[in-house]
Amino acid sequence: MVKRILSIAICIVVLIFVYSPILLLVVYSFTDSKMIGQWNGLSLALYGQLFRDERIMRILFNTVWLALAAAGLSTVLGTAGAIGIFYSRRRVAKPLLAVSQIPVINAEIVTAIALALLFSMTLLYRTYFSLIVGHMVLCTPFVLLSVMPKLKQMDPNTYEAALDLGASPSQALFKVVIPQIFSGIVSGFMLSITLSLDDYIVTAFTKPKLFDTISTYVYNAVKNGTNSSTPALRALSALIFIVMIVILLMINLRAQKPAAKRSTK
Amino acid sequence: MEWTYNDVARAKSAVRAEKMIQPSAEVSANKNMRKPNQWEINMPERKKEEKIIEIVNVSKVFDETTAVENISFYVRKGEFITFLGPSGCGKTTTLRMIAGFDIPTSGKILLNGKDITDLPPNKRPVNTVFQRYALFPHYNIYDNIAFGLKLKKVPVTYVNDRGESYTKMQRLTRREIDEKVRNALAVVDLEGFEKRSISTLSGGQQQRVAIARAIVNEPEILLLDEPLGALDLKMRKEMQIELKEMHRKLGITFIYVTHDQEEALTMSDTIVVMKDGCIQQIGTPTDIYNEPANAFVADFIGESNILSGTMVDRFTVRFCNRNFRCVDDFERNEKVDVVVRPEDVVMCPPEEGMLVGRVVSVVFKGVYYEITAMVGRSEMIIQSTQSRERGDIIGMKIEPDNIHIMKKEFTTNKYDGYITKRNTVVFGDGEFDCDVTTLYPGSALDEEGYLITADGKKLDLTDVDVSVEVDLKNIEISDNADEGGACGHIVSLIYKGDHYQYIVRTEENEEDFVLDSEDLWNENDFVSVKIRPENIRLKLKQEIQ
Repeated sequence: MVKRILSIAICIVVLIFVYSPILLLVVYSFTDSKMIGQWNGLSLALYGQLFRDERIMRILFNTVWLALAAAGLSTVLGTAGAIGIFYSRRRVAKPLLAVSQIPVINAEIVTAIALALLFSMTLLYRTYFSLIVGHMVLCTPFVLLSVMPKLKQMDPNTYEAALDLGASPSQALFKVVIPQIFSGIVSGFMLSITLSLDDYIVTAFTKPKLFDTISTYVYNAVKNGTNSSTPALRALSALIFIVMIVILLMINLRAQKPAAKRSTK
Repeated sequence: MEWTYNDVARAKSAVRAEKMIQPSAEVSANKNMRKPNQWEINMPERKKEEKIIEIVNVSKVFDETTAVENISFYVRKGEFITFLGPSGCGKTTTLRMIAGFDIPTSGKILLNGKDITDLPPNKRPVNTVFQRYALFPHYNIYDNIAFGLKLKKVPVTYVNDRGESYTKMQRLTRREIDEKVRNALAVVDLEGFEKRSISTLSGGQQQRVAIARAIVNEPEILLLDEPLGALDLKMRKEMQIELKEMHRKLGITFIYVTHDQEEALTMSDTIVVMKDGCIQQIGTPTDIYNEPANAFVADFIGESNILSGTMVDRFTVRFCNRNFRCVDDFERNEKVDVVVRPEDVVMCPPEEGMLVGRVVSVVFKGVYYEITAMVGRSEMIIQSTQSRERGDIIGMKIEPDNIHIMKKEFTTNKYDGYITKRNTVVFGDGEFDCDVTTLYPGSALDEEGYLITADGKKLDLTDVDVSVEVDLKNIEISDNADEGGACGHIVSLIYKGDHYQYIVRTEENEEDFVLDSEDLWNENDFVSVKIRPENIRLKLKQEIQ
């Protein structure tokens, strides 16, 4: 009994440590004070400010389209890579898989500097191209990681079965292989979006001069000590947090449903 | 798993039908030695030469291992042909080359006389039933079966305004697909299952869907890769009968792969027995059973007594210390393998028997008793409806017709080797002590290891090439890896009445040591090979200067 109480208590303490800063942010986004810690009564003024601030809106838009583009391209590249590696001979597949995972274990700052060096030798330095490629370097390995297990679960003969039934290789790919690994592709896409959304380091090293994402904007705002001048960012952070929680819950609920269906059989 | 009353009744009646047909077929087959092919009996109206698939000198090498080695055979239209062999014998690779999943390293595959060696699988009029079904889990049963139909384009002839007819390649209509799927489901007894998902089916039902998905495309050839391997015994028996029935009804060619000899015998018109990527024998089930081409086939197909014998005269063979009349003729004094099926050994009172033995075990097997008797040092297995007691002395008779004689595959082991500095010999991935003085009659070794010939010449034998011969009975094997000259795994064992014949294969160069031993070892045991120096026969390849 004591053990049980203790374990619950530890859980609660850990949860408080992890979530209290975020909760604090969310709570203080509903008041119009300049600083956190100063409560001026319940108000939606910050949210109003946020949506009226054209600059923040443009940055928000930038961040979202960058994330969608980078995640979309990474998903295509990563899925194609995973399928290619999966159907390669062992001697080729093993080193390929190992090499493809280097960006995951590599320190992000190293990746960022390497990218900046590479692009500075070309005319593409600090363009949208370098920015998107930078984000793809971040995201693609994770797509590969989430698609690979789905391929391994798949019966490898199903591809051959499709060919056998008259499908061309591309028909077999789209009608038989892709549907079976689709959940892995979706989770790879979602993972890429979250990675791209909150990335600062690679973005800072590859972005065009006058382009900002939420991360770079917030960082610069805080660095210049002007955080208090844009309290609307509190509302923005709270919104991002809430949206993320909702997406996460939706994914988890969806993942649980088929599992529940299977277990009732 | 649900089985309706109808299913059971149908299966039972099919079993009955099968039983009624079999005895008469066997009687007619046993009468004359060269039995006509079952195919010729059943389907006289078709031409014998109608080859649908022809395999010409096909080999397949994966990386460095040879899966299939220079095989040639053909399949007749409408035939039920089975590739039979132990795992790794190349039977599945052969099937995959016919399906188009693997491309032969060399050789040709002809379909109806046309070369299809490099044709991709989707362009071949061939469909496959996979070992693990390979159903599409994201489709329901209807969509699984309709998969091939939806992709298919068929020529449709139209007549335009001016009365000219023209053909267009068109997809099948929804109604046509519906009907074909319904028919295919009826063939496999799964009517009304269209909307069910794959994961709700039992193994047997999934197997039926896999078959329906293949036959719905009306292929010229249906390939089946151990399709019943994942089912339990009872289910397998039922499916065997149903597959045979399906083959009869559909009239298309079935190419079947299995390692189950009983399955092959029950279902096939023709059996191709394979081992180590090579074809051992092609023939009807009765041919293969009654006239196995070699000891491997005899051992693999059914139970058999395999004994060592010697031809003592024309049509006379000696084994178990007695001469027998037989119907095969070999050279006099040739060492042969004698195969006698357990059901062909007839028990009789000891004084009437050609052979006399003591019963050492009796096992009741349902329809018959399996009686093991020792005749001298040889073991003889007998199948009989009559029982005997352990310890009984019994006589045994064997009809000349039932004594099958085949050339011994191995009589001696031959290797290329060379002599080392220490006057040992290296061959078969190992180094063995030997007596080098046998190379020159009357020679001797001096204290420095040089060979002094009879006429006083001094020879250095280092690195001299020799050919080496060792008899099967002179090779011993041992658990202790350091004891022998070479080490390897046992890759094959065949019981030959009073001893086992083993093949030990070394790892490095895959050298084989064939040996006879009375001890029992298991396949894949790692053993070392011992040979006494006096049993290694050496011969110089060329004179030493």
